[in-house]
Amino acid sequence: MSAALALLRRDLSLLMPGGSGGGVLPLLFFLAVAMLYPFAVGPDAQLLARTGGGVIWVAALLAAILPLEKLVTDDLEAGVFDQLALRNVSEELAMAIRLLAHWLAFAPLLLVATLPAAALLGLDEATTRTVLLGLLAGTPGLAAVGLAVAALTASMRGGAALAGLMVIPLAVPILIFGAGALSRPDTSGILFTAAISLGLCALAPFAAAAAIRAAREN
Amino acid sequence: MQAQLTAKDIACRRVERLLFKGLSLDCAPGDALQVAGANGVGKSSLLRILAGLLRPFAGEVSSTGAIGLVDERLALDANQPLGKALAFWERLDGCSDPGRALEVLQLEPLLDVPVRYLSTGQKKRAALARLLNRNCPVWLLDEPLNGLDTQAQKSVEALVALHCGGGGIAVVASHQPFAVPGGKALAIEDYAA
Repeated sequence: MSAALALLRRDLSLLMPGGSGGGVLPLLFFLAVAMLYPFAVGPDAQLLARTGGGVIWVAALLAAILPLEKLVTDDLEAGVFDQLALRNVSEELAMAIRLLAHWLAFAPLLLVATLPAAALLGLDEATTRTVLLGLLAGTPGLAAVGLAVAALTASMRGGAALAGLMVIPLAVPILIFGAGALSRPDTSGILFTAAISLGLCALAPFAAAAAIRAAREN
Repeated sequence: MQAQLTAKDIACRRVERLLFKGLSLDCAPGDALQVAGANGVGKSSLLRILAGLLRPFAGEVSSTGAIGLVDERLALDANQPLGKALAFWERLDGCSDPGRALEVLQLEPLLDVPVRYLSTGQKKRAALARLLNRNCPVWLLDEPLNGLDTQAQKSVEALVALHCGGGGIAVVASHQPFAVPGGKALAIEDYAA
């Protein structure tokens, strides 16, 4: 338990904006997309309100890719996981903690940034609420996919670019149900998104841990 | 502490190439062993096999007692000050007195310096401090003298002697002469495949 807390403390200090490894870059990127979109399609308020929710979802998905480069690679190269293994801290535990820290470092701020983004796109209150709930349900899944892919590509050259490409198809189900909830009167889309997220969060630490162990053999 | 480190008839293969085979060793409490050999002969791989991080291609490794490894990978966050980077491992290892290792290795003046600004020798000393703080009976040291000045080299040899004198085990892979207590040496070339 104390090992888990020590890990969480370290991961948060590395990943949180203002920490040594993280940054507010994904957040600025997210807001930039919401700001540029009205410039690109013109000031048609109806069009913006109808498509704005989807744009926020796409921006969130792409913003979730940005922190992946440093998520696993640095620690793998520095031998942190080797030292943890010698202390009987399993890769699964380390990855589960990192998933939590990764989500905490990007999702809550993204949800806050959704409010100005929704205002920029002229979304009404009900749509904004659906987007927020959908992102709350979907971001854990995005974090899980990102972590697993980051671990898989950590030992490759140019792995970061590849990670970005690999996350996109895996994140499509989250996008379909999360953004799809905007065009439905009920909450089934959000619930589906949450279910996919839970499944991914359960699988990701094991996939990522296996990838880290496999990287030792190279 | 009852430390034990045994390897029976192990072989190591890296990327389609058999590095060594038929290697056995047996370390009892107080034993120190220097693993010698040219670059690329498999010293680091042997240590990683003994640490349980790499599966041997053949043979078996067994050990009692916690294993501490110091290799070329620092496992300290490059952007954090040394004190903070070490503090993570102290918390994980439940170390109550980190001051002693810092004093022995003369790291106190460097605690505020970000790890990436440390010199090669200073980084090596930081890794050794983490090892000391852990208080584990089995030491695996991979090129512990690299980058160290003469004085620091002497103090590392003294640390190993002290560790083995207290019933610990040390396996030291080094291409430079390393005075281990007892003077046992193992040349990997003898087991080359």
